[in-house]
Amino acid sequence: MDLEFISEHFPRLLKATKLTIELTSLSLFFGVFVGVFFAILRTSKNKILFFISYYYSYIFRGTPLLVQIFIIYFGLGQVEWIRESFLWVFLKEPYSCAILAFTLNTGAYSSEIFRSAFETINKGVVEAAESLGLNKINTFFKIKLPIAIRQSLPAYGNEMILMLKGTSLASTVTLLDLTGVAKHIISTTFRPVEVFIVAGSIYLLMTFIIHNVIKLLEKKYGY
Amino acid sequence: MNIFKKIILTVFTSLFLISSSNAGSIKIGTEGAYPPWNSKNEAGQLIGFEVDLANWLCIYMAADCTIVEQDWDGMIPGLIMRKYDAIMAGMSITDERMKVINFSQGYADEVAQLAVMKGSSLEGMDTPSGINLSLGGSNVKSALKTLTAALAGKTVCVQTATIHQNFLESGDVGSVTVRTYKTQDEVNLDLSAGRCDAALAAAVAFTDYAEKSGKPVVLVGPTLSGGAFGNGVGVGIRKDDTDLLKAFNKAIDQARKSGKISELAIKWFGFDASM
Repeated sequence: MDLEFISEHFPRLLKATKLTIELTSLSLFFGVFVGVFFAILRTSKNKILFFISYYYSYIFRGTPLLVQIFIIYFGLGQVEWIRESFLWVFLKEPYSCAILAFTLNTGAYSSEIFRSAFETINKGVVEAAESLGLNKINTFFKIKLPIAIRQSLPAYGNEMILMLKGTSLASTVTLLDLTGVAKHIISTTFRPVEVFIVAGSIYLLMTFIIHNVIKLLEKKYGY
Repeated sequence: MNIFKKIILTVFTSLFLISSSNAGSIKIGTEGAYPPWNSKNEAGQLIGFEVDLANWLCIYMAADCTIVEQDWDGMIPGLIMRKYDAIMAGMSITDERMKVINFSQGYADEVAQLAVMKGSSLEGMDTPSGINLSLGGSNVKSALKTLTAALAGKTVCVQTATIHQNFLESGDVGSVTVRTYKTQDEVNLDLSAGRCDAALAAAVAFTDYAEKSGKPVVLVGPTLSGGAFGNGVGVGIRKDDTDLLKAFNKAIDQARKSGKISELAIKWFGFDASM
């Protein structure tokens, strides 16, 4: 390991980490809403709503994230009426395409996590809430949602980590995230080993932080 | 225990046999995604100017060659890690690359040029038809000035780790927004989708794309050579492989004299790009 070489390129990698954090947190933020929304649809008795939610999750969990990001970025860019519509303002930018792909992907996984969390809620708890006179909305926000969040914490922590690593695919649509900059440095220095070890360590550090925050939350809200 | 020993022995001997492949067998790495230099046909076989040339050079060297595929961004690391012994992938000879690997003498040369979609504001730039950055002079200076003004605030797309990226990031044309892609195919896609204001690559890469896709891609500005664009395209070889370097240089001499390089260049490029 050449420490001088590493310290020379480290600041650039650190700066690129900002974009990685940004992509991860924005996708997770939007993904939670998408996930909860589709998890609720999944419990719906309306068949159409159920099927929409079912196949959304089926398709996005059944195809690779790389394929999804390519279809959204390169694929939609080839369709002429999309390029001429207002959607193009949004889809023209690699940044928003990446956020869209990541959000839809993590949304699909989160919807499954939240769905199973909702399903574990004891019927008696809901009945107790109803007998106390809570209406449907209050039951959902004050009783069901807190229980579901607590139930889904371990699995959702895992999903956060997967999303963090998934953002490395942003580099395939020209974004200079941590992986993108690492590749960029390698392209001029031809030294993949050192650069990827440093980039990998930064990912590991971020995973470590997420892992421990989730662990703390689990302890706090545990039974 | 005996069987265990035997297995270990077999594995080691075969490993030894693979790694000490005889001098007459050469592995050549190419990208297979940069037509007409090198690409793949519908059956997935490698084709192109360099694939044909490699086969001829191997005949001259009386060597047994295999051509293998490698993504462009891992081309030089792959050579150093001994995945193959030589690179023939439209790779220009530049000082930056010479720091890590050796190059044979150049076998072909070809200019770079900007491309835009028809109707772009960059069309009709007032510059000489071609400039050589190594020569310098007022002609080159004024052409670079025109390019700098035309490209200000524009997004220019290039394949990653190329001379074209190096040129745009060298500051010769001011500070343009450079977007890098893994393959030239992706550059072409985004150029035609309108995400790039312009793209920079080998001029033939764009004419080839325009011809095959039917998209209105047009070349603009001067053809660019010299300076960051290097001194022609050569065979990349590891620094310690001096015998192989000599063999390639000799074979290229032979191919040039016999007119083979010109013949293949005309077949693939439509003009004589040999050097």
